[in-house]
Amino acid sequence: MTGIIDYEAGNIRSVENALKRLGAEYILSGDPAVLSGCDRLLLPGVGEAGWAMSRLDENGLSDFIRNTDRPLLGICLGMQLLCSRSEEGDVECLGIFGTQVRHFRSALRHGSGLKVPQVGWNSIGGLKTGLFSGVDDGAYMYFVHSYFAGICEDTVAVTEYGLQFSSALRRGNFMGCQFHPEKSGDAGERILANFLKLP
Amino acid sequence: MLTKRIIPCLDIKDGKTVKGINFLELKSVGDPVEMARAYSGQGADELVFLDISATIEGRKAFSALVERIAMNINIPFTVGGGISSVGDAAVLLRAGADKVSVNSAAVRNPSLISEMASRFGSQCVVVAIDAKNVNGDWLVTTHGGSRFSEKELFSWARQAESLGAGEILFTSMDHDGTCGGYACSAYRELSGMLDIPVIASGGAGNASHIVEVLSPSGGNADAALAASIFHYGDVRIPDLKKRLAEAGIPVRI
Repeated sequence: MTGIIDYEAGNIRSVENALKRLGAEYILSGDPAVLSGCDRLLLPGVGEAGWAMSRLDENGLSDFIRNTDRPLLGICLGMQLLCSRSEEGDVECLGIFGTQVRHFRSALRHGSGLKVPQVGWNSIGGLKTGLFSGVDDGAYMYFVHSYFAGICEDTVAVTEYGLQFSSALRRGNFMGCQFHPEKSGDAGERILANFLKLP
Repeated sequence: MLTKRIIPCLDIKDGKTVKGINFLELKSVGDPVEMARAYSGQGADELVFLDISATIEGRKAFSALVERIAMNINIPFTVGGGISSVGDAAVLLRAGADKVSVNSAAVRNPSLISEMASRFGSQCVVVAIDAKNVNGDWLVTTHGGSRFSEKELFSWARQAESLGAGEILFTSMDHDGTCGGYACSAYRELSGMLDIPVIASGGAGNASHIVEVLSPSGGNADAALAASIFHYGDVRIPDLKKRLAEAGIPVRI
């Protein structure tokens, strides 16, 4: 049973739909007692990091997530919340991945001509871990974000947008992807299917 | 490398897809879910669904439709039409939409943009602008082009960006439905002055028009939206992407 961590983040529905298309059983809950009975966890999220962290803190979800030993996949904002800190709302995050989340605008060279947010399909490369089994290096994934996680020892996929950033991260049972696998066509669905098979 | 996006747009009324010719005559051209699935399979990068129903029943049918669309496709989609509050947007995002676009309500109440951006994140907020060129000035219209507002395209787009819009979807009401090409010089100016992506809409009649509006020497837009040329099968998306790639424009193939 997959538990989708519900903290009123916008794209929970799209993640649910992707799991339905893959025929996976899931429950949606914001209650740590219920989620602790799941064998894997998804932390979705579209929204603002400061707001999202306060939602997680209010519901006792922050401590639950930090301490779980189940495979956990954070998507988009969910991945950023697993990092140490975010410039968005200047907030301390869950501290799983050893990198900070910064705004593209504060990191890109002035006059780069790049739009922020990055919206659209970009390729992922340098793929590591079983999450990407059967996914081509250079596959296109769908991104929508203004903030990015830097490269660190946990980086398992790299994407370039004026600079190189972590399009996926992994440390032990914790995984995260900046792109939306549930919105990235068949290649994205493959990544979710791989996650559902992880022991 | 980030690719430029091809976005078929489906106008929805009473659960059916329609395409307005200069926003006036409506022709039913198909079932939205079937069309969405077909476009996704052909390689569309994103879809836009605009609810042009004016009734409460129509609005309810639309949010039910959004749920069916979200269930059936695995690419992103934006919904718009008649969104006038954070609550309206929340209903559609909950139904499975990835982004919401606001138009007339934001012109009337610009703070709606900042309220939505702080609640959902800027990346969910598309500000749609309909404008008409009158004696060289691009005047912003509302209510499907039927009323002039006091705003001007470029200053309104800049204001929307500063309020937290994540993307600007500009439709030239002079070009929409004409199939004579996009308002390229306006997109070029808009794209050069904004830091957020610009989606071009209105006027696509053939593949060359899309090449022109996306190319750096043309409109330099980040995405091209079109309706009838896709709905009637005049341009097939795989052929269009091939044309774009040959012209040196990065696309997802």
